[in-house]
Amino acid sequence: MIRINCPFCGERDHSEFTYGGDATIVYPALDASIEEWHDAVYLRENIRGMQSETWHHVSGCRMWLVIERDTMTHEIQSVRPAHDAIAKALETEQ
Amino acid sequence: MSARRLTQGGLIDRSKTIDFSWDGKSLQGFQGDTLASALIANNEKVLARSFKYHRPRGIMSAGVEESGALVTIGSGNRRDPNVKAPMQELYNGLQAFGQNAWPNVRMDAGSVNSLFGRFFSAGFYYKTFMGLPPFESGKGTGWWMKYEKIIRKAAGLGTASREPDPDVYDHAHAFCDVLVVGGGAAGMAAAIAAADAGLDVILVEQEGMLGGDLLSQSAEDAASQREQLNSALESSSVRIMTRTTAFGLYDYGTAGLLERVTDHLPENALPHTPRQIFWTVRASQTILATGSMERQIAFGDNDRPGIMTASAGRSYLNRYAVRAGEEVVVATNNDSAYQVALDMDRAGANVTLLDARNNVSGIVAESLSDSGIEVRMQSAPLKAKGLNGIKALTLATGSPGSWQSGETIPTDLLLVSGGWSPVVNLASHRGVRPVWNEGSACFLAPETAEPIQMAGAAAGIWDTAGCIDSGTRAAQSAINAIKDSTAGSGNTPQPAPEPGDGDSWENPILPVYEVTVPGKKLKCIIDPQHDVTSDDVRLAHREGFVSVEHLKRYTTLGMATDGGKVGNIVGLALMAEALGKEIPEVGTTTFRPPYTPVSIGALRGRNVDEHFRCLRRTAMHNWNLKHGATMTMAGLWHRPWYFAREGETIKEAYEREAATVRETVGLCDVTSLGKIAIQGPDATELLNRVYSNAFAKLPVGKARYGIMLRDDGFVMDDGTTWRLSETDYFMTTTTAHAASVMVFLEELLQTRWPELKVHLTSVSEQWAGCAVAGPKSRETLAACMEDPSQISDENFPFMGVRDITFKGGIPARIARISFSGERAFEAYVPSDYSESLMDMLWEAAQTFDGCLYGLESLGALRIEKGHVTGAELDGRVSIDDAGLGKMASPNKSYIGSALRQRPELLREDRPRLVGIFPKNREETFNAGSILCQSDAVEGMGDGWITAVTYSPALGHWIGLGFLKGGHESYEGKTLVSADPVRKGNIEVEVVSPHMYDASGERMYG
Repeated sequence: MIRINCPFCGERDHSEFTYGGDATIVYPALDASIEEWHDAVYLRENIRGMQSETWHHVSGCRMWLVIERDTMTHEIQSVRPAHDAIAKALETEQ
Repeated sequence: MSARRLTQGGLIDRSKTIDFSWDGKSLQGFQGDTLASALIANNEKVLARSFKYHRPRGIMSAGVEESGALVTIGSGNRRDPNVKAPMQELYNGLQAFGQNAWPNVRMDAGSVNSLFGRFFSAGFYYKTFMGLPPFESGKGTGWWMKYEKIIRKAAGLGTASREPDPDVYDHAHAFCDVLVVGGGAAGMAAAIAAADAGLDVILVEQEGMLGGDLLSQSAEDAASQREQLNSALESSSVRIMTRTTAFGLYDYGTAGLLERVTDHLPENALPHTPRQIFWTVRASQTILATGSMERQIAFGDNDRPGIMTASAGRSYLNRYAVRAGEEVVVATNNDSAYQVALDMDRAGANVTLLDARNNVSGIVAESLSDSGIEVRMQSAPLKAKGLNGIKALTLATGSPGSWQSGETIPTDLLLVSGGWSPVVNLASHRGVRPVWNEGSACFLAPETAEPIQMAGAAAGIWDTAGCIDSGTRAAQSAINAIKDSTAGSGNTPQPAPEPGDGDSWENPILPVYEVTVPGKKLKCIIDPQHDVTSDDVRLAHREGFVSVEHLKRYTTLGMATDGGKVGNIVGLALMAEALGKEIPEVGTTTFRPPYTPVSIGALRGRNVDEHFRCLRRTAMHNWNLKHGATMTMAGLWHRPWYFAREGETIKEAYEREAATVRETVGLCDVTSLGKIAIQGPDATELLNRVYSNAFAKLPVGKARYGIMLRDDGFVMDDGTTWRLSETDYFMTTTTAHAASVMVFLEELLQTRWPELKVHLTSVSEQWAGCAVAGPKSRETLAACMEDPSQISDENFPFMGVRDITFKGGIPARIARISFSGERAFEAYVPSDYSESLMDMLWEAAQTFDGCLYGLESLGALRIEKGHVTGAELDGRVSIDDAGLGKMASPNKSYIGSALRQRPELLREDRPRLVGIFPKNREETFNAGSILCQSDAVEGMGDGWITAVTYSPALGHWIGLGFLKGGHESYEGKTLVSADPVRKGNIEVEVVSPHMYDASGERMYG
């Protein structure tokens, strides 16, 4: 059971969250080419080690989070809101 | 026979006798007995038959590692097989039975197998039967499947009840700073020390009382030590859980516990208490004070009843006051069994002590001096005699590797100590690889970054004082780690307590794993539960299965319910010997959860029957039931399926309902549709990006049907979205995708398009909805309103949206939209008003001979119209496949617009939505059938059928499906709806999916 320290709710079991995907993907503009969209949708690194990924606190605050997690150990290095402006606002507050 | 209950001593209460039965025979024990101790006291020796050879088996241990006395407890629907007799506390009325034997464990017909033992070596069944003629050699498993059934019958453990489990189980959760696993001296000391430091501590112990080895020691100070620890615990804040096993350790300090709440009590003693509780505990630090297990030695017929571990003999003697034999032989290779010999001697047995070592000195040696014990050094057991109980023992003399056969001495109880294996299983669950410790001849868990501390015998410490000290030190490490982490210095690995290196023994252990002499054929059992012999290990080696993981799988060593507790080390040692390597080079297998078996009942907890999954009821649920609804499941929702009138079948009911909607009016609960409030200055922009069709210019007061694609270009969901104001939309989704659409929109706004100022709120539960459909729908609604002009054709055209007020001031939000193809409205009211709304609408609808309709007729109506639902939009369908290509705007980009243009998705011959009629209109056909050309009914066919209904409007059965290239390519052709396991082949015709009122004039009218 991974425990995720949600910046809004505190530490919670991972069963409250759903896994999103690779947080490093930059989705292309809607009018970008098929090739660009193909790469964004289908091509993924299979990382051994620290990986940046999105999680959704779906049974909690419903915020999307970016989590750095070690795929070998499940160690979580950082958790922040995926929404940059919210992340910044949170930092200022703290 | 020779076992007897002592008249004094032990932790039993002789004033409380307990009646129980063994294989139907009434016996008695005392309060404090286990089933094992009571059976020994009653001189019951043969308690089980082995897995493969049906060898007679007795009690081999006094703990969870028991591999001999596996018995069945209870009968009928409470029959619980493979219970370890030493772990079953005795209670009044307990019924225990021998298993894997016919007619019983004492006279078992299956024991004929043991005569053919040499045929049943590792891999025997597979090698023999899979290649056996007739004719199957190397080809398929047809005959193997037949043989296997017979083989499985002959081999096995107990059988579970086939009746539903009558007991209640529960799940529970707990948090703590420190979880201490094991309530022996080390664990008790650790818990006390951690609690003294102000930490929140849970101490779990698998047995009914704390004390661990202290319970079995004869030493006078053992009792007082135990009392001291107990009273310190009592005055501490430690939460103590007995009869609770930590069966698995998981990430982030999560532990799985099984608490056996009532297994030690007579049936129904606590009628409202769960039988077992599955706990999930989240601990910052875990201290494993799990003790160690004494190993057997492999020698001839070492599994005979009357042969057990030395510590078991001591435990039965000191804790349960049962002397398990009279002519006792203690065979050892280390110091620990000397005390056992002494205890047996003091209890009046004739004791012979065999020690494989050359000599011993110090207190251990001196302790025997004024006893009557006969000591034989450089001696070991070679072969046990006596089938149903050991009668004599042939000795081996010499040293490991050069044993010689010696004399045979009479004995009725052989106590063996082959060394000790610390219980590192839970650390192994976390990927901590145990390391071989030469001095103690055992595997120990090394230092780890995991939040785990080892303590006591589990850390290779063999004396009580050392264990207590080790427990205290482990607690200190845990305390420091917790302080460090709260101080924010992260996860610094803590130094493990000093592993014992055999210091606490005066004389070093002499590793002995197997005793054999050249030329003597012996059956040496190393894993009693699966009848794995030392020869099986050598066979595996000869056949090339030399990796320890392969050895395990080929011989099934360590794969029984004890999970390798008894046999693993000996098996490893023998493989190492065969390979000419050292044990550390061979390695060890990884222990996996559960440490001891966990019942399925505990895992499922209360999630059974109607609680198997959660249930969602609409606000109109009770109203629907009151009006005759038969309900069905739609995802988690309970929805009305049909409203049968007196004497109607489901078919008659839904046909009537569908016809009534087309003729007059029907009401349908549509509350389960997903509803999302989309608000903000950029709401329009968001919708325009996620819907494939244009939303930028949707006027206020209008609704639009929209299709959403996924990033990969396939259809995700459809629904209508209503524009309530410039910045306020009300989106409806399908029932099935309500949650996933919400999640996707949240993802888009938070991760991809943070610049959009839009707020989403799920309002699915806030609004209850009713579809009012049919030619008389407007009149029905109008009858419920003070001002019916609100919904006149002019004021409220097709796809109109507005907030209205029903009679009685009920606020509502309605849209003129249609799923049935008739003139229709969806009316939503705040959920609290749902029954008032339905009462009012139903009263009005009845004046037009209207009806209530459910999902079945809703399905019939939409199939007639060729409207798609989840049956069609299954995630593999493009917008063109669904016949909705005109909904894909060519003038804008939207989610999925790029990838839907992939050439493969644009192919003309992709399966497209079609309508299906049976060629003979009297016939019916099934959803799920494959559509084939009539001369090629094979393979994947040309398409498939997704939905079928009887159409009251058309007067025959119709269906929807997907077919290569769509219906135009099949004009005038006859296809076959192939359904080989149900209906067989039915001839069908392909038509446009819009099978009724294709122009839609009924809807607009």
